[in-house]
Amino acid sequence: MTPLLDIRDLRLSFRLWSGTVEVLHGISLSIARGERVALVGESGSGKSVTARIILGLIQAMRGARVSGQVLLDGQDLGLLSPRARHGLRGTAMTMIFQDPTSSLNPVLPILHQFREVLARKEPGISVAAAHDRAAAALQEVAIADADRVLGSYPFQLSGGMNQRVMIAMALANRPKLLVADEPGTALDVTVQAQTLDLMRGLVADHGTAVLFISHNLGVVREFADRTFVIYRGRIVEQGPTAAVFADPRHPYTRALMSAQPRLTAVGLPDIPERDPAFGDPMEVHP
Amino acid sequence: MLILVANPLTLVGVVLVATVVLAALLADLIAPFPDHRGAVVDFVNFNKPPSVAYIMGTDVVGRDLFSRILYAYRISLLMAVVVLAIAVPIGVALGLVAGYLGGRWEYGLMRLTDIFLAIPPLVLALSILGVMKPTLLNGMIAVTAMWWPWYTRLVYNITRGEKAEGYVLAAEVTGASRFHIMFREILPNCIPALVTKMTLDAGFVILIASSLSFLGLGVQAPTPDLGSMVAEGARYLPDQWWLSVFPGLAILVAVFGFNLVGDGMRDILGGDR
Amino acid sequence: MILQMRDLGKTFETGQLRVTALSGVTLDVAAGECLAVVGESGSGKSTLGNLILGLFAPTTGHIVFDGSPLLATRSLEQRRAIQLVQQNPASALNPRRSVQASVRLPLDVHAIGRASERAAMVRALLADVGLDPALAARAPAALSGGQRQRVAIARALACNPRLIVLDEPTSALDVLVQAQVLRLLDDLRRTRGLTYVFITHDLALVRAVAARVAVFHKGRLVEEGTTDAIFTDPRDTYTRGLIAAVPVITEEEKEMRDRLARGAA
Repeated sequence: MTPLLDIRDLRLSFRLWSGTVEVLHGISLSIARGERVALVGESGSGKSVTARIILGLIQAMRGARVSGQVLLDGQDLGLLSPRARHGLRGTAMTMIFQDPTSSLNPVLPILHQFREVLARKEPGISVAAAHDRAAAALQEVAIADADRVLGSYPFQLSGGMNQRVMIAMALANRPKLLVADEPGTALDVTVQAQTLDLMRGLVADHGTAVLFISHNLGVVREFADRTFVIYRGRIVEQGPTAAVFADPRHPYTRALMSAQPRLTAVGLPDIPERDPAFGDPMEVHP
Repeated sequence: MLILVANPLTLVGVVLVATVVLAALLADLIAPFPDHRGAVVDFVNFNKPPSVAYIMGTDVVGRDLFSRILYAYRISLLMAVVVLAIAVPIGVALGLVAGYLGGRWEYGLMRLTDIFLAIPPLVLALSILGVMKPTLLNGMIAVTAMWWPWYTRLVYNITRGEKAEGYVLAAEVTGASRFHIMFREILPNCIPALVTKMTLDAGFVILIASSLSFLGLGVQAPTPDLGSMVAEGARYLPDQWWLSVFPGLAILVAVFGFNLVGDGMRDILGGDR
Repeated sequence: MILQMRDLGKTFETGQLRVTALSGVTLDVAAGECLAVVGESGSGKSTLGNLILGLFAPTTGHIVFDGSPLLATRSLEQRRAIQLVQQNPASALNPRRSVQASVRLPLDVHAIGRASERAAMVRALLADVGLDPALAARAPAALSGGQRQRVAIARALACNPRLIVLDEPTSALDVLVQAQVLRLLDDLRRTRGLTYVFITHDLALVRAVAARVAVFHKGRLVEEGTTDAIFTDPRDTYTRGLIAAVPVITEEEKEMRDRLARGAA
């Protein structure tokens, strides 16, 4: 069965005045329909740029050199015209970001922003119809007083509320793929837990595939079906989440897991920040 | 250097400014008629159009316009340097105090600044000059008086932003004095914006100063000054066009050059916050 | 007890709004220990830190430090004794001053050592926090997040404080870097006899580094005790809820969490 998202040997480098910086060294990753896949790494690993390449946001940058293929539903996105590619954003694939309040336009009420999103799929949708669809979407993310929220500005709502609004907006057009870039990182633990529960339920209901980008191992473990661990532009370990967590094989994955503070243990092991062993070849769990 | 190549307009600006500065500095060497900057009369050659001997023509008393423009640039640049040298430290200091100390300091200083900013700049300068003798020095005083508030406001805004930064908190927790925090911690962060603004302002000071002398309130004859020269020549337009056009172009070159360099500074230093 | 807080409260008033950030906090910190102050946003944990640092005066209650009253206006000696490590390393260092200048500031303010010796003292401090002393001449922009945080720690140590308030010192750092920085902090505490008030929202961290925990919720202290006690038998419902929400990566933790969560409302 063709995967929904298929990334093959993706490479990214930036040409600067001072020379060329290579960011991705051949990433390969696939997501099946309705599957939840996590891309875990630290800052500078290249996880965020990978997400942005899928949506075509990096290619427009000056000095960016992208090679490799990104296929959505069998279609090579690199071969599409910019117009066609733009057409997929917001409809077939959507993205949510780390800080919900700053990702929403501060000068427009929520309803207005919802309507913009809905208009991507249904151009010229009326305000009334948008209101109804938006209210229904907000109900799905457990927001009871939809009218109040729709009439509000983002700064009037809490972080958790904004995050749910963003999720509702991202799923409103029933996309095939949702890319979530560190969602919930800016939220409190309890709110984050609720939000992720919600997201998990929703994507299961709609059959949306998710590419979940994070540095938080605990969240990944609870959310993703499969996990890809990325280190300095390379995938170092991949497999079903349960397998990767139960039996981490790559030195980098093991370092990450050991360095994570535990609820059950006192003290921290001595793990170096850098280690030549982190460059070992990729480990794959079947 | 590479940055200048990438930014051709800035390069143009640098060339223009360099031309102006060199013209002023080397006037004694370049000017074909150096003594024409003073009170010289040559009624044989007055009001002559541009020619090989007199590149930009001569004025009503027969002095070479080109030579006079070169010396006039000295006055313009002197104005720019002196005005900024006085206005900027005053404005910056007041802005830092108002922004960091807050409270009554902020209220008092910013209302004072608002008052000065509310008066149209030229009107303020004119009223000051109205009660003083029109000389170069008094012209400088007048322009300085209207210039410092812009720096106060700029630095005030930056200071308010920087006050929230972690390094200011760290200095406060350590027990650093308020003077240290304002002048050794926050002020360095104002430098990019200040350098950009000062470069742009050099051109504007020249423009304002020229406007004042155009109205007869700057230097007096026979000292050459671009604004006065434009004013004198205005009566003879359009027949003896060179009398106003060349000094006018000279002002343009200076102001435009500083503007381009200032814009370039903004791109390089990112001083625009 | 090096730090004693009695009935501490703080209400902020700006125009029409009154916000009670903290109320009725009574808490002690023993010399040489690491006390974790845990809570989510709005819990008042940062306000507590700011009161200890003397950024503003409490509305109610008082603080006693090392036997003397600790007010917002305090002596230079008291300022020297209580230092801060902040959450955001990028903002904590002046971008327009070198590492040397930033770390040297406390030395200059408190006139520690002779002026000619201070540059060497700065280099020694950088070595103490695991940095190459040659970094002293660089600007913060040339350093990574982990390195900047180490510089901030060096700066906090410079004037030999007794107590350090650590406000989410590792939240902005990657996991591997975080582990190293936490080990460094622990080492320093032991070797220099420092006391830490460690503010965080991350319960897993608390278990790893702190001997005692104080849990805050909406400005009130809801539970307090040794780390072991809190994690074996949390009494307060909010504490249980907090533990239940922590994302975990091992089965062991999951079991513990579920067990504790079952006790929550």
